Amino acid sequence: MDKSVKIEVKHLNFYYGEFQALQDNSLDFHTNEVSALIGPSGCGKSTFLRCLNRMNDLIPISRVEGNILLDGLDIYDPSVDVVMLRSRIGMVFQKPNPFPKTIFENVAYGLRVNGIKDKGLIENRVEESLKLAAIWDEVKDRMHKSALGLSGGQQQRLCIARALAVEPEILLMDEPCSALDPIATQKIEELIYQLKKSFTIIIVTHNMQQAARVSDITAFFYLGELIETGETNTIFTRPKLKQTEDYITGRFG
Amino acid sequence: MANTRQITERTMHTLFFVVASASIVMLFMIMIFLFMEGIPIFNEVSVKAFIFGKYWYPTSEPPDFGILSLIVASLSVTLLSALISIPLGILTAIYIAEIASKRVSEIIKPMVELLSALPSVVIGFFGMVLVAPFLQNVFNIPTGLNLFNASLMLAFMSIPTICSLSEDAIHSVPNSLREASLALGATHLETILKVVVPASLSGISTAVILGMSRAIGETMVVLMVAGGAAFIPESIFDPVRPMPASIASEMAEAPFRGAHYHALFATGIVLFIFTFLFNIVADHIAYKYKQVGEATL
Repeated sequence: MDKSVKIEVKHLNFYYGEFQALQDNSLDFHTNEVSALIGPSGCGKSTFLRCLNRMNDLIPISRVEGNILLDGLDIYDPSVDVVMLRSRIGMVFQKPNPFPKTIFENVAYGLRVNGIKDKGLIENRVEESLKLAAIWDEVKDRMHKSALGLSGGQQQRLCIARALAVEPEILLMDEPCSALDPIATQKIEELIYQLKKSFTIIIVTHNMQQAARVSDITAFFYLGELIETGETNTIFTRPKLKQTEDYITGRFG
Repeated sequence: MANTRQITERTMHTLFFVVASASIVMLFMIMIFLFMEGIPIFNEVSVKAFIFGKYWYPTSEPPDFGILSLIVASLSVTLLSALISIPLGILTAIYIAEIASKRVSEIIKPMVELLSALPSVVIGFFGMVLVAPFLQNVFNIPTGLNLFNASLMLAFMSIPTICSLSEDAIHSVPNSLREASLALGATHLETILKVVVPASLSGISTAVILGMSRAIGETMVVLMVAGGAAFIPESIFDPVRPMPASIASEMAEAPFRGAHYHALFATGIVLFIFTFLFNIVADHIAYKYKQVGEATL
């Protein structure tokens, strides 16, 4: 396994106006690893995730300090093309959010906005992505029907396929299973296991078992601070800090 | 005790029912009246001759009751005004909802809506005194009171409706769709044009149609600035006589329950059918493209 550093976060501070949501976080993410960000609601883990593809730029009063290096280059450098950056970093959101378009158009969208016009190429890539997201068999006969007719779990896998179609290097997942039932959740988790062969995955989750099942590295956040990070096995069996242990065993949070 | 309460409840239900029915009863009474007064003209001319007749000389001897030129005038004025008001209204709505900062949009939106607070007679006055001489000089045409002037003034009147309703529709597109699009590497502009606008298309279409139905039924403006000539226009600078203008200007001099009087009511029926169709289409679109489900609209 290649253990090279894909993303390097150095002394990241994040502010919503006066409120400091992240305090001096430093963390590395490696290629082909799944990292889980855990912690109680409001601890900043989603904010942290959204700093990585600069989604927080959309919040007018927000401010970022520190550095995030993607392959050694600072993504907050003024010369960085945010649009290009986001096509390298895919994102799956908390609630399934397919566009009110057909299933095909949902997946083809990212390709089209990234300038791919070749019809055959688009068709191939759509099929590949749907297969990769393990939903092809369920939708292959209804590609030109609305994506809104799918179930919640199917919609979420479609959103994953949509993110994969642009061939990102990194996949950010913000509580991707929080709106899904256990069976759909299991499908997504199996998918994450498959996908880590080709992507660097960072997942925010509220579900301890999920973090334990899918991730290689776990980072525990509390009140905007990165409390502890390490191999998932170690974090869940022999955490160094009492705070981490209390959270993982359900004594608070 | 329980009995008194039940009686109060029932009385209240009835009361609310009566109040709610009042406007519907009014609508039907007006419709019945409109048809009762309009239908008798068809004893004098056939429906076909009335609608497709090119000559409107209601006071000649024998009179001509053909309203084709009035229908064409109404439609062309509405269409031309739509060509002006639809892009302006929708682009303004997109700017307010998607591009302007919160502070700017909080100032602009109420101001656009204030445009609809202008009484139509004031807009007509503006068109008559300022726009008409301007058009006459710039384009060197015999009169500034014409199809183009009327369309321009009507566009001013439909822009607030189109803009305000479209803005509401665009605003109600869930943020998660914008984020999904941006996260895929789409630009702000691509997100607006390919995701946000298509997702709010039903609301925008409804806005457009309601704006146009306002324009087709508007009376005072066309009475003042359309020029009033009952001919089929050949250019956008020809004076025209849309249906509402014709009714408003002639009703006072038409002999009560005479042929002219009935013809004007029949014109009213035709106008009513147009606005009725506009509203049905608007309703239909709003219903057909209504989004359902959690992650949608």
